[in-house]
Amino acid sequence: MKEALLSLEHLSIDYKIRGGYLSAVNDVSMDICQGEIFAVVGESGCGKSTVAHSIMRLLSGGNAKIEGKILFDGRDLMTCSEKEMEAVRGKEIGMIFQNPLDSLNPVYTVGNQVSEAIMLDRVDKQEAMRQAVKLFQDVKMPDAQERAGSFPHELSGGMRQRVMIAMMLSRHPRLLIADEPTTALDVTIEAQILEIIKELKEKNNTAILMITHNFGLVAEAADKIAVMYAGEVVESGDVFEIFENPMHPYTRLLMKALPRRTKREGRLETIDGSVPRILDKKPGCRFANRCPYASETCRSQTPGVTKVSETHRCRCFLVSDSSDRKGA
Amino acid sequence: MRGRGKVRETLQECLRNGNFMVGFIILLSVFLVAIFSGQIAHYGYTEQLVGPKFSPPSAEFWFGTDELGRDVFSRVVEGTRITLWVAFIGATLELVLGVTVGLICGYFGSWVDRVFSFLTDLTWCIPGTILALAVVTLLGKGLTNSVIAISLVSWASYARPVRAKTMSLKNMAFVETGTAFGESSFSLMFRYILPNVVPSLIVMVSMSLPATILSTTTLSFLGLGSQAPSPDWGLALSNGITYITNAPWLSIFPGIALVYTVLGFNLLGEGLRDILDPHMKSQ
Amino acid sequence: MRGYLIKRVLQGILLIVAVSMLVFSLLYMMPGNPVDMIVDRKVSVEKKAELAHEMGYDLPLPQQYVRWVKGIVVDHNFGNSTRYKVPVLDLLKDRIPRSLVLCGWSLLIEMLIALPIGLLCAIKKNSFFDRFTVVFTLILTAMPAFWLGALLILTFGVGLEILPISGYKGPEYLILPVFALVSASIAGTIRLTKAEVLEVLNEKYVTTATAKGLPKRTVMVKHVLRNALIIVTVQVFMSIPWLISGAVVIEKIFDIPGMGGLLLNSIIVQDFPVVQAVLLIVAALTVICNLISDLVIGILDPRIRISMGGGDK
Repeated sequence: MKEALLSLEHLSIDYKIRGGYLSAVNDVSMDICQGEIFAVVGESGCGKSTVAHSIMRLLSGGNAKIEGKILFDGRDLMTCSEKEMEAVRGKEIGMIFQNPLDSLNPVYTVGNQVSEAIMLDRVDKQEAMRQAVKLFQDVKMPDAQERAGSFPHELSGGMRQRVMIAMMLSRHPRLLIADEPTTALDVTIEAQILEIIKELKEKNNTAILMITHNFGLVAEAADKIAVMYAGEVVESGDVFEIFENPMHPYTRLLMKALPRRTKREGRLETIDGSVPRILDKKPGCRFANRCPYASETCRSQTPGVTKVSETHRCRCFLVSDSSDRKGA
Repeated sequence: MRGRGKVRETLQECLRNGNFMVGFIILLSVFLVAIFSGQIAHYGYTEQLVGPKFSPPSAEFWFGTDELGRDVFSRVVEGTRITLWVAFIGATLELVLGVTVGLICGYFGSWVDRVFSFLTDLTWCIPGTILALAVVTLLGKGLTNSVIAISLVSWASYARPVRAKTMSLKNMAFVETGTAFGESSFSLMFRYILPNVVPSLIVMVSMSLPATILSTTTLSFLGLGSQAPSPDWGLALSNGITYITNAPWLSIFPGIALVYTVLGFNLLGEGLRDILDPHMKSQ
Repeated sequence: MRGYLIKRVLQGILLIVAVSMLVFSLLYMMPGNPVDMIVDRKVSVEKKAELAHEMGYDLPLPQQYVRWVKGIVVDHNFGNSTRYKVPVLDLLKDRIPRSLVLCGWSLLIEMLIALPIGLLCAIKKNSFFDRFTVVFTLILTAMPAFWLGALLILTFGVGLEILPISGYKGPEYLILPVFALVSASIAGTIRLTKAEVLEVLNEKYVTTATAKGLPKRTVMVKHVLRNALIIVTVQVFMSIPWLISGAVVIEKIFDIPGMGGLLLNSIIVQDFPVVQAVLLIVAALTVICNLISDLVIGILDPRIRISMGGGDK
């Protein structure tokens, strides 16, 4: 088995709010290796974005309480000083965000914003700009030279996301975190951006942590998957294992919600209810209130993680005897 | 719609909000002083030569006496009534004008709205105090006239948010249902839309009251508002400045009373904003 | 950019024309005849009619308005003060510079103090410094300018006897008035700067800038301050009219013979030509300030520069 580039070990994040703590992330562990695309899937509000931001130590303010370890290349990022983090950000780990318009500064040209990053590696201004244009060509930006002089709002959504990718690749990070990279984009552009990300993995052996709510996207690109619900990873494993043999009721429901061309009626199945906000850590499965198979045990005790196979993990009481329910 | 639980929740939040509570207590004390001014004041506010002229603060004359030998403490106490009256009349006038214009502009849109926008642009051209001065010139001196003048120049700050809110509510389902049932425009505006604007209005009133009080006091200070022998704090301060070198207590105590009251309104406003309109906080 | 500017200039001119009409009609909104306000009560009816004819008060209103505007634009003639019996322009000539000097210094000093404090409060939110500033500004906003002026006179003029408290005979006479004017309006500017910086700090592009590895200082200066400045600049120019109205009060307290004091006295004695002239000048100044701030935003913010400019470059 390959050595993990990034491992999260029992990561928990609580937000201090009026009258207590909001448990945004609870006991999340995962390993991401060089040259693989690791996808974290879940509904909005399940804490997946919080995990992504915490790796870069980008959670704002002092009201987030973080426990656990974030090991990058053997080093715990949680113990790094702010200065040391500056050296990690962009250089070791790059991150692209959901909405590329909000994520680019409106008052500087995109060329300026990309070369600004390159110049951190002691490259002079002209050379940095030249490299930026080269990067724009790499991410298949039309008229790269000319576009470098444009402001973000003059570009289309797809072009802006290309700028973001170019910016975050400019310093050749070993890990790229992509937080909902295609959510704000058209389907055709989505495919193109995904192609760029896949190419990146092939060519540079970059590890990619992809955060998404789109199971279809995961099926297409990911090597490994972690399904998150209400701040916890409920199931994780190789993409084939999860798609062939989903164990957790939540994963199954998510898969059923997928639009399938083979399905006659073409209706999207939805899951009743919504992701609960966990205010106090009470015993019980967090999915119990929406789970069709929930029993008394599920409501009163917290399920542990079960090893289904060497790579496949699941957090559910039903897993051991789930074989007879298969296909339900 | 707000149920009883919602009301209780809001009340609890009020109790927890420091700004609100401090402001509330300050204003409560001001109101009590205004109500019981007759019992609290030692002398009538126009009563002259109750002691020597320009006597400094002492056990008998807590805030000293003025150039006519009047008790400054009694006059400051009586002044609370004027200030609260100004706040009440000012808020009412601004509310009536602002809400009516805002509702009409937001509801009817088109040219009504354009005329309104041009008018507000016009008032932007001249700073509030100066515009109020011009209006007072037309109406003549006096406390009532100066409150009217202040309201005439500041109603637009109510009208704008009401207009925006009305525009967004106009197309919501419940208003459209009303239209389908044949409700009149008047009833739609005041019975369907207005209740939804009320929380923001409460916040707006409490935020703009301090400004109204300060502007009116300024006009009195400039000699265009209350006239002698009114115990108006602005007038008292204007008088105090004349004797500032030999009787500073004439300017200090009415000023403290004014700052105390305005601070109370400010704190109450900030608290209410946090409680009723949390998203406004970021603006 | 040019199209945007032309549009704003035209809007400004339209506003000034509208204000001038209002100011002009001020004279006619008063009860009675304009001539009555100019001349003594004892003047005979025939004499009044003669005067009215002479001054054009018997012409139809639109014609009078045109005459009035023409006088101002072509001959810089705002009419004669009814109280001082001299051309209004002569009265204003010395007073406008004094008010501008007062307001100019106040604006400069206010910005020099308010901007760093606002920035610091936003960056170190909830620190002791921030909490202290919040309370301090809250109290400051509750204080009217005239009371602040009185307190300053008491402390520095009467108590310490180090600064002159009234009149205008040299630069040291400006210190207390400027201080009073700054104190009266600084709280708002500090709060605005803080709110603006906080808002920019929450913008996603600041996260991006941090994520690509920029040092905190660079993020703060290049990405946060630069964007917050756009709004703060607007505020600076928008606050000029406020300063002017604040100056009315301050000039009265410190007995500075400026435009504000003149306006006040003219209102009290109903010297209409002077009131009209001052209102017009203030309105024109406000419109010009707005234009400048539009121009500056256009330069600072490429979104406006391009979207308002009409057509891509």
